[in-house]
Amino acid sequence: MTVSYELTHLQGLEAEAVHIVREVAATFERPVLLFSGGKDSVVMLHLATKAFWPAPVPFPVLHIDTGHNFDEVLSFRDLAVERAGVRLIVGRVQDDIDSGAVADDPVAGRNRLQTTTLLRTIGEHRFDAVFGGARRDEEKARAKERVFSFRDRYGQWDPRGQRPELWNLYNGRHKPGEHIRVFPLSNWTELDIWRYIRDEGIELPPLYYAHRRPVVARDGMLLAVTRFLPLLAGEEPVSSLVRFRTVGDATCTGCVESAAATPDDVVAEVAATRVTERGATRADDRISAAGMEDRKREGYF
Amino acid sequence: MKSLRIATAGSVDDGKSTLVGRLLYDSKATFTDQLAAVEQASRDRGEELNLALLTDGLRAEREQGITIDVAYRYFATPKRSFVIADTPGHIQYTRNMVTGASTADLALILVDASLGLTEQSRRHAFLASLLGVPHVVLCVNKMDLVGYTAERFEQISADFERFAARLDVHDLSVIPVSALHGDNVVHRSAAMPWYEGLPLLHHLEQVHVASDRNLIDARFPVQYVVRSPSFRGYAGTLAGGVMRPGDEVVALPSGFTTTVRAIWAPGGVRLDEAFAPQAVTLQLADDLDVGRGDLLCRPGNRPHVGSDLDAMLCWFGERSGLSVGGRYVLRHTTAETRVRVTALEYRLDVNTLHRDPDATDLTLNQIGRARLHAQRPVLFDAYRRNRATGGFILVDEVSNETVAAGMITGPSVRSSSVSWHSSGVSRSDRSSSGATVWLTGLPASGKSSVAVELERRLVAAGRPAYLLDGDNLRHGLTSDLGFGPADRSENVRRVGEVAKLFADAGVVAVVSLVSPYRADRDAVRALHRAADLPFVEVFVDTPVEVCAERDPKGLYARGEPGLTGVSAPYEPPQAAELVLRPADGDPVTTAGLIAELLTG
Repeated sequence: MTVSYELTHLQGLEAEAVHIVREVAATFERPVLLFSGGKDSVVMLHLATKAFWPAPVPFPVLHIDTGHNFDEVLSFRDLAVERAGVRLIVGRVQDDIDSGAVADDPVAGRNRLQTTTLLRTIGEHRFDAVFGGARRDEEKARAKERVFSFRDRYGQWDPRGQRPELWNLYNGRHKPGEHIRVFPLSNWTELDIWRYIRDEGIELPPLYYAHRRPVVARDGMLLAVTRFLPLLAGEEPVSSLVRFRTVGDATCTGCVESAAATPDDVVAEVAATRVTERGATRADDRISAAGMEDRKREGYF
Repeated sequence: MKSLRIATAGSVDDGKSTLVGRLLYDSKATFTDQLAAVEQASRDRGEELNLALLTDGLRAEREQGITIDVAYRYFATPKRSFVIADTPGHIQYTRNMVTGASTADLALILVDASLGLTEQSRRHAFLASLLGVPHVVLCVNKMDLVGYTAERFEQISADFERFAARLDVHDLSVIPVSALHGDNVVHRSAAMPWYEGLPLLHHLEQVHVASDRNLIDARFPVQYVVRSPSFRGYAGTLAGGVMRPGDEVVALPSGFTTTVRAIWAPGGVRLDEAFAPQAVTLQLADDLDVGRGDLLCRPGNRPHVGSDLDAMLCWFGERSGLSVGGRYVLRHTTAETRVRVTALEYRLDVNTLHRDPDATDLTLNQIGRARLHAQRPVLFDAYRRNRATGGFILVDEVSNETVAAGMITGPSVRSSSVSWHSSGVSRSDRSSSGATVWLTGLPASGKSSVAVELERRLVAAGRPAYLLDGDNLRHGLTSDLGFGPADRSENVRRVGEVAKLFADAGVVAVVSLVSPYRADRDAVRALHRAADLPFVEVFVDTPVEVCAERDPKGLYARGEPGLTGVSAPYEPPQAAELVLRPADGDPVTTAGLIAELLTG
C-alpha cells in the first residue's frame, strides 16, 4: 500500500499559519491580533481559534477604528469577537483627531491616520507582537516583508535591515518598546483565502457578497454612498449590484459590480479576475507607486 | 496538490527579475492593473515593457534597477501553485539567497550566456547544495545574445556540470532561455530547435517533489502546551516522520516513556495519524513534565542528544564577525540555548571549494565549519537527514540580530569518538616538574593575596608557575557559568582540568578558587592522582567575621545572594595538605610555607 502523506496546498498553508500563531503565543508576553472584521482578519481569528483548541485564544484582538466603518462590519465584528470568546480592544482614530495628534482631512480620508492610532494603542497596552492578516500577494512592498517583521521604537519598518528568516525559525527577540508584526498569512493569495473561507464555512460580513446599494463612480472606482462620503458637485448616486473585495475605511474602499452571492461564486469570480484586489478597490494605494512602502515605513501595516 | 517553492539566484543583471516577470506574464499570472502600472513605469523610463518592474517593488530597487531583498511571488497554473522567492544576486545580499533557499524545493540559477559561469553562479549552486535544496535548474539566459547557438549552451552546461559534480546536487536540469523574448520560459522556442527538453514552466510543473521530506524519523518538538480545565495537550509541528495514536514515545531530554493517546488537528478533528509537516496537538497517556523545547520521538529512533555540535555556518552579521570564543543564542526547533564557538575548523572559499584551516574568523557572507558548545543539550539530527531538526540560527544577544544560519553536520568529533593523542615528550624529558596548588576558602579569606605572592616567589626562584585566579577565569574559560551548585561544580571541574595540563607541562598551577564543595575538590585531586601529578590542597581558614570585615569587593556588605559561607554552604577540607589561619602571618610568610612544601 502506498500512502502519499501529502498535504493539499491549503492544508500546507494552514499548518504553516498555525505554527506561526502558536510560536508567538509561546514566545511573546503580550501579543494581540489586529481585527477589522475584514476577510483576512476573520481568517486569522478562525486560525487562532483552531490553533489553541480546546483552550480559548490566549490573546485579545484589536480594532483600529477610523470612525468611518460600514455598520455591517461593526456588528459583525462584535458578533465574531463574542463567538470566539476573545477580548476586544478598540483604538479610535477620532481620539487622536480630538487630541490634536493628527489632523482630519476630508479629501485624503482617514486611512493614513490609522498609523498614529495603531502605534499609540500598541504603546499604551505594551503589545510586543501584533498579528496582521497582510498577504505578500497584495502589494509589492508587502511581497518584501518577513513573516516576523521587526519594528523599532517608532514602529518603523526598515526594508534594508530585515532579519534573515530561515526555515520555520522566527527571531522575535526585541527590546522594550520595540515590537514585532507577525503575518501568518504571508504565503496566502486572495484566492487561497476565499477557497479556505468556502471550505471551512467561515462567516463574513454580508458586504463581501453581492447586494444592491447606492454607489457613485469616482476616480475609476465605485464608492458606496454612506454618511461619511460627501458627494461632490455633479455626482449622482446609482443603485448597483455590487460586492466588496476588501473592507476598510468606507471613504476609500471601493466595491466591484458582481452577482457573486455565495462563497462558491466568489471563488469562481476571484479565480477569473484580471485585476488585483487593491488595484480594484483601494483609493489610497493609487497615490504613488510606493504608497504602501512609505506608509509601512511609518508604521502602517 | 502540493505547491512548489522556488528560490531564484543569479548575478546582478543576469536577468532574474525579468525571468520571473516573464514567467508571470506569459503564464497570464499578471493582473491588468499591475501590468498597466509596469507599462506606465516603463514608458516613464523611456523603455519598452520592462518585465523586471513586475517584481522590483521598493523605491531603491526601482531607482537603482537592482533587487534588494527577497520578494515572494505567487502564481498558479492548472497543474500546480508556485511560491517564488525572488532573491537578489548582489554579493552583499547573499544572506537573502540563503533565506530563500532554506524553504525551497527547487533552486533556479541563472547564468548570462554571453558571460558564462561567474563566481556568483558557483556561489549560488554551492549555497543550494549546502542548504539541501533537492532540485536545481540552471537557466542559461540571454541566449539571444549568443545567436541561440547550441555550442555556447553546451559549453556552459558542461562547465556547470563539472562544478556541480563536486557538490551535493541530486537533480540538475539545464534549460536555454531568453527571458527578454520569452524563449523556452513558458513557450517552446522556435529559435532553438536543437533543444529537446521542456520549457521552464513545464519543467516546474512536472518536477517530482513528494519524497523530499523525512517521513522515517518521527520527531515532534513541543511548541506550546494547550491547557483547559479538562484537557492537556502538546501542540507542535511534526519535524519528521509519522505518529499514530498508540505509538510508544519517549520525551527528551527527560527520557520518560509513554504512549500517544490521541492526535488532534487544529480545531479538534481527531486524526488516525499525523505526518510532517502537520501542525497538531498530541495527548499522552501519562501526565509527564513536558514543555516547550522538549522533543517526542520513538524510543528506538532518537535524535542525537549533546552539547557539542559540528555545523556549517553562513555568516550574516554585518556589525561583527564570528570568532572563536564568541557567544550566541542558538535557536533550534522550538528550543533556545546559549552556545559558545569552541573552534573554527575551516573557512570555505565557495568559488574554489578550497578549505582554509588557518582562518580565525568569518565575516559577512562567509561560510565555514565550526564547533559549538551549548549550555544545555541540543536534540538534533544531521541537516542532511532532516532540515527541520538539523538547521538553526544564531542570534546576537546584544543586538538581537540573526547573525548566522547553521546546518548541523553531526555531533562534535570531540564527543563522539574521542581518542587520546600521545605526546612525543615524556614527563622526565621536561626541564621542570609541575604541580597544582589549590587554595580554597571563603570569599575575601585572603586566598588571592597568598596565591599572587606564591607565584611571584616561584618565578623569582626560576620555577615556572602560573596563577589561575577564579575571578579572572570567569572572564573567559568559565564566563558562561553562573553561581548555582551545578555551575560551581562545572567551574571547579574545568579549572581542575586546566591546572592538570599546566602541571603536566611542568608548570606549577597556583589555583585560587572558593570551590565550596568537597566532592568537586576531591575530584580534581583524583584527577591529578590518576595522572601521577602532585596536588597540594591549601585551606585558607579565615573566620567569616574576618572575611566580612576585609570584604574588598563589598560582597558581604551588599548581602550578595548565594554568598558562600553566609547564604550558601562551604564544606571545609578534611585532609588538606596545609591549613592557613590569620595567626600564621602575612601572605609573604604563608606563601613561603607553601613553597617549602613544594620543594620538600
